[in-house]
Amino acid sequence: MAKTLAFALMDPPYESENLTTAFRLLDAAARRGHTIKVFAYEGAAALAFTRQAPHPNPVHGKNLAEENHPTTKDQVAALLASAEKHGGKVDWVNCGMCVDERGVGEFVEGTRRGSPADFHAFCEAADGVLAIPTK
Amino acid sequence: MAKKTLNIVESGYRAVIEEQDDTILWLVAAMQAAGAEHTVVLRGNAVNYAVKGQGAPSLSVGEWKQSQAPKMDRDVGDLIEKRNIPVYVLEEDLAERGIEKAELIGGLKFLPRSALPGLCAEHAIVSLW
Repeated sequence: MAKTLAFALMDPPYESENLTTAFRLLDAAARRGHTIKVFAYEGAAALAFTRQAPHPNPVHGKNLAEENHPTTKDQVAALLASAEKHGGKVDWVNCGMCVDERGVGEFVEGTRRGSPADFHAFCEAADGVLAIPTK
Repeated sequence: MAKKTLNIVESGYRAVIEEQDDTILWLVAAMQAAGAEHTVVLRGNAVNYAVKGQGAPSLSVGEWKQSQAPKMDRDVGDLIEKRNIPVYVLEEDLAERGIEKAELIGGLKFLPRSALPGLCAEHAIVSLW
């Protein structure tokens, strides 16, 4: 039976392993058709920023295509698509003040700008809440 | 002649999936290619980078799949073999984690903690990462 799961993410892209853990959990939830609510707070507000760009890796001797560098915007987009494919839904909210601080106001389509009030609503509606904070 | 720089790396596996490498080992390799003269000491959790045969599973989200997951033993080996960067590992930090020297890649130098101050003194710049 599908559940409603709320997540709070705080880490920015490319800074810690927390987001890898988060995306593994989110992927598993999406594949099971759960309703997913994400509040992207502080640095995590940049996860869905559409101007992220992959780069080559001269230290590894790999060009742009060979390095195939991950971008979190692609992971967010893939999460939304996977949830829809499996009968679920993702409501991904980017904290508006955090977005403004960082100048990352161009989001992946299907995510939206929001506020702490959205996270409050997520918590009220969820069967489970998981905060993955920056440490 | 470049200043000799000692890089003590103790933060292991921070963002290596997203970056597909360790950003400090990458930085050291890139600077060495630009003419720097670096040495690396692996301590703390970073000693695990030297364990051969390791590999984190790629990240996948829906239809998106990572194709170049990090291989930290390969990257440490490349520092030694391709960049000519000496890489030390602190012996006590290996022992505390139950890691035997036979489990490690070749080409490493082993250092007791008591010898670290002396190694620092041999370098003009010491960076703790």
